[in-house]
Amino acid sequence: MKTWVFSTESDGEAAGSALEALTKARDFGGELGAVLVGEGSEAALAQLGAHGATTVLHAADNTSSGVIAAGVAAAVEAEQPDLLIFGMGNLDRDVAGRLSARLGKPILANAVDITEDGGTWRVASEILGGSTMVVTEFAGGSPAIVITRPKVFAAEPSGGGTPTVTAMDTPDIGHADAVEVLSQHAETSEGPDLEAAAIVVSGGRGMGDEARFGALNELAGILGGAVGATRAVVDAGWVPYSLQVGQTGKTVKPDLYVACGISGAMQHLVGMKDSTTIISINKDPEAPIFGISDLGIVGDVHTVVPALVEALKARG
Amino acid sequence: MKIVVCVKQIPDPASPYQLDPESYFVVRPNDQVLDDTDRYGVEVALQLSDELGEDASVTLLSMSPGGSQQGIRQALAMGADGAILIEDETLRGADALTTSQILAAAATRAEADLLIAGTESTDGYTGVVPQQVAEIMGVPALTFARKVEHVDGKLRIERQTQAGYDVVEGALPAVLSVTSGVVEPRYPTFKGIMQAKSKPVETLTAADLGVTAKVSQKIVSVEEVEGRQAGDIIEDDGEGYLRIIEKLEEVKVV
Ligand SMILES: Cc1cc2nc3c(=O)[nH]c(=O)nc-3n(C[C@H](O)[C@H](O)[C@H](O)COP(=O)(O)OP(=O)(O)OC[C@H]3O[C@@H](n4cnc5c(N)ncnc54)[C@H](O)[C@@H]3O)c2cc1C
Ligand SMILES: Nc1ncnc2c1ncn2[C@@H]1O[C@H](COP(=O)(O)O)[C@@H](O)[C@H]1O
Repeated sequence: MKTWVFSTESDGEAAGSALEALTKARDFGGELGAVLVGEGSEAALAQLGAHGATTVLHAADNTSSGVIAAGVAAAVEAEQPDLLIFGMGNLDRDVAGRLSARLGKPILANAVDITEDGGTWRVASEILGGSTMVVTEFAGGSPAIVITRPKVFAAEPSGGGTPTVTAMDTPDIGHADAVEVLSQHAETSEGPDLEAAAIVVSGGRGMGDEARFGALNELAGILGGAVGATRAVVDAGWVPYSLQVGQTGKTVKPDLYVACGISGAMQHLVGMKDSTTIISINKDPEAPIFGISDLGIVGDVHTVVPALVEALKARG
Repeated sequence: MKIVVCVKQIPDPASPYQLDPESYFVVRPNDQVLDDTDRYGVEVALQLSDELGEDASVTLLSMSPGGSQQGIRQALAMGADGAILIEDETLRGADALTTSQILAAAATRAEADLLIAGTESTDGYTGVVPQQVAEIMGVPALTFARKVEHVDGKLRIERQTQAGYDVVEGALPAVLSVTSGVVEPRYPTFKGIMQAKSKPVETLTAADLGVTAKVSQKIVSVEEVEGRQAGDIIEDDGEGYLRIIEKLEEVKVV
């Protein structure tokens, strides 16, 4: 058995999704490897090794997904891995998609579990906001290509050492490589990291406008939490995409999630339904968010949130 | 410039969709709607086409049981010139790769300079079709665009990233995938709706495109899972915030 996981690198760290996937892949036994796209810092390599990767195929340039996919495809043909696991990041999806087409192999996305039985791979995924589980089997031969949802497997070190690193051959792919990254921009938000925070205070369109959405910064500040948002709010331009929680945003599993003026669309629930405690405030008693809330306040966020902030401040 | 836009027809998300108990494929009603996600791609195409003037055209591309073609007509009503519909019984339950092979073959046949797709569909959400299509066509992919410009014959986008955005440029022909933050899609006008009725829709089969559907994945089970239960839902009487504080104390946040 041979499993490879895909990892990007940022600020010298391997992707969390890759460490989670390596931990899961240890269940299958055999050889574990990683494809690392980025600088290839000692720290990132050590992290991959510590989670079980014994080999790393390294590509230093992350600008062309076409070139990376062609490089991985060549390595796949030479080394014949059985399973390839990707995360949900942009480059993960770009490379996975191109690789699948190049190899003529299907891809199963949104995986929340992967199992193997006599050489057949099965992937479980949730539909309809998590109320239904679908299990799909690969029938197209190896390698099985899977894109997993974040945080479904917990990353745990195995105590492995530094992996052997091979530089990826990057083939000439002609016109398909005609892309250039002109500049990169960070849109930072203050406060704790959304994905790691123990408390998340999120707002939706019910917050009214950009200025009033700001009330949530104060609440999050007092509780020591991070601010999150729905896609509706991100699309409206009130907050950057980095705050988006849900299917196409971040997946969070905090101890406490406070949902303010959020309807609870399936695509939002997918990103937060596994929070330990959920408190929501919405003026519509029928809002689907109440269906998964431990405490729901049917009321106006513009009165409940300020009252809560004042009361918490008074407690000091 | 020939712009081809992928539009998916899907069962109306407002009414719960049904799975065929044997095949587990989604039962597709005669009236399917335009996937909201694809309205953004259509709008980007129309704006680019307006900017480029006479030389540009916008053709829709959809693989689906045609049915009443309601979803396609919705996109035509926004202003596209015509549509290509791939309708074929052998493509029922096609996986993402088969879908991509069909879309790529049809786009190549239509001599597309630019193929636009959504980032991910509402009903399928595999989110890899644009990348697969680009690979099959052998062209660059500009993905996750939140802003699109046409500069000196090239396409320049702001690519949404986890940290912020990258400015990325690509030469045509290319595939572009757009997010829902990219533009504000227009609503069809009455005139647009009337005109859409007589716009050309070319219907093709998989064989016309030289693609044979392969079964490479199979759903083996579909089960309801025990969801989370709702707790106390209470009407705010002016003191709702106190209930929140009690809860915060209970879970030891304050
Ligand atoms: C492919 C795809 C991917 C998607 N990905 C995501 C994703 O990653 N994340 C995401 O969030 N969404 C995602 N969506 C969008 C999702 O379907 C919803 O449209 C979105 O989550 C709605 O955001 P909202 O709850 O802020 O807005 P709305 O649905 O408009 O809800 C606003 C809520 O605020 C309440 N309200 C209004 N005023 C007040 C008030 N004064 N006090 C209290 N309550 C009030 C209303 O009752 C309502 O329930 C995706 C959609 C698609 C198709
Ligand atoms: N059957 C289809 N017909 C036309 N376009 C499609 C089809 N399936 C997927 N697409 C396009 O590919 C994008 C991503 O789809 P998906 O991979 O299903 O999430 C969608 O937003 C559409 O633009």
